[in-house]
Amino acid sequence: MERFLLKNIDRSDLTDMDEYIKFGGYSAILKALEMKPSDIIDEVKRSGLRGRGGAGFPTGMKWSFAAADPKKPKYLICNADEGEPGTFKDKPILEKNPHLLIEGMIISGYALQAEYGYIYLRGEYPKAKDILEKAIKQAYNRGYLGDNIHGKEVNFHLYVHQGAGAYICGEETALIESLEGKRGQPKIKPPFPVNEGFLSKPTVVNNVETLANIPYIIEIGAEAYSKIGSPECPGPKLFSVSGNVKNPGVYELPMGTTLREIIYTHCGGIRDDKKLKAVIPGGISTPILTPDKIDCPMDFVNMPKYGSMLGSGAVMVFDETVDLAKICLRAMKFFEHESCGKCTPCREGIGWMRAILERICSGSGMAGDIELLIEVSKNIAGKTFCPLGDGAAVVVQSFINNFRQEFEQHISKEFSKEIKVAA
Amino acid sequence: MLSERVVNEINQIQKRYLDARACLLPALYVVQREHGWISPDALEAVGDLLNVPKATVKGVSTFYSMFRHRPIGRHVIQLCTNVACMIMGAERLVDILRSRYGIEPNSTTDDGRFSLVIMECIGACGTAPAMLVDSDFYDNLTEENVIEILERYK
Ligand code: SF4
Ligand code: FES
Repeated sequence: MERFLLKNIDRSDLTDMDEYIKFGGYSAILKALEMKPSDIIDEVKRSGLRGRGGAGFPTGMKWSFAAADPKKPKYLICNADEGEPGTFKDKPILEKNPHLLIEGMIISGYALQAEYGYIYLRGEYPKAKDILEKAIKQAYNRGYLGDNIHGKEVNFHLYVHQGAGAYICGEETALIESLEGKRGQPKIKPPFPVNEGFLSKPTVVNNVETLANIPYIIEIGAEAYSKIGSPECPGPKLFSVSGNVKNPGVYELPMGTTLREIIYTHCGGIRDDKKLKAVIPGGISTPILTPDKIDCPMDFVNMPKYGSMLGSGAVMVFDETVDLAKICLRAMKFFEHESCGKCTPCREGIGWMRAILERICSGSGMAGDIELLIEVSKNIAGKTFCPLGDGAAVVVQSFINNFRQEFEQHISKEFSKEIKVAA
Repeated sequence: MLSERVVNEINQIQKRYLDARACLLPALYVVQREHGWISPDALEAVGDLLNVPKATVKGVSTFYSMFRHRPIGRHVIQLCTNVACMIMGAERLVDILRSRYGIEPNSTTDDGRFSLVIMECIGACGTAPAMLVDSDFYDNLTEENVIEILERYK
């Protein structure tokens, strides 16, 4: 497939606006400015684009809700807080192709009639901050940002806002709270941010990759765009692959590419030609899969049929030597650390699961620990305020359902040791 | 408490938002960059500047893991040990730092040279393990190159 999101990023320094323009950049915006805002929204709707942050909500629909709300001003926020372990797909755009994101945001801002845009960037990407700020300055200087863009009555101001290390701020209501200078804790919906978002005004929050798709849709048109990828989830998708593969990295492939193809064709297979033991397909909070499931097409519709989720498209690959109980423990430490503390099942339950896993992995596991883990996870799943708690519970359940023997081994090893000591 | 330069910078940033409080995180960043950490006095000064109660500023700033509320070493090592880094040997690197610099996670060396912070994923999973030293980014770390890199920070 021809690349769009990552086009030319290895050949040229696209952080320089002239280079970006040389390769056709900022032409989609000129086309878009000739269209009516509502026509752009319709085009995005027809393209079938779904949000690339994880939830997969239809982008055009989200936009139309915000556009229909008469309150002013409206805001467009780019969610650049990718903090899901395994996910680094947005990084090449942020660091190597910033103008693509900026162009996408200007077009989107115009479509929404939003006057202000913020890139909520995770604090862990200091390099991207400098690059984005430099690129934004260039765009201002050339009249693509600010008031009266390109002589039209279109105003759009864009700023980078740096997060400070809280995974939960990737959740859109938490992100908005954080942007308002509060603790980044999720809020109850409704009201939805499209009606009452940043400073209580209509706000669209879109992922970096989603916004980076917009110039492409305008450039080639919704019809051509919708032919890429799978029918229900069209378009290109960025997959970030890590773990025991020969060539980890970020790959731009059509939505619906199978895990097998990603791992064996694009990433060159398993490192040292070892055997594949397990795959986490969409970032650490998506259920783990056994090797017999890798023929699943990676998209929002098919992944659930195979017992997992597309999530952010962050594929983590584990070979036969990896101790999955330890992976599960490390994941739980992460969720415990990142729980925002707002609701009890998540705050207390995840810590408890972490403690049980710690006991198992350190060789002090007891008979019944696995059942206890399942029990605790069931008291978290479906009972938390936001998806973080759910995610943690489902991760534990999927590890145990698919790889129970990994946990049992840790426990029985210790039992046999105890018996020996006793004898 | 806050220098004129810091106050000016915060006032400048404030113009980007239609509400002063939205400037709280950026303001805390400016203070931290200037002082290395955010002292109780600085918390109060930021609160006064943005017209936000001190308790609120404290509640917000302690929520985020990148703000520091204790003095910190001259250089901050932020090492990721999350899953991708873990399977590529990050825990071994923690051991190496421990034996080489006598430093435990979330502490500072006696001579104040390094502080070590264990990070959740820093988005470098494909080139794991990875760390930030101050705001410099390093990936593909090995038992050999990690010390070599750190020795550049005196
Ligand atoms: S599920 Fe966890 S992260 Fe989400 S609101 Fe509850 S405590 Fe916070
Ligand atoms: S797991 Fe360490 S950078 Fe992602």
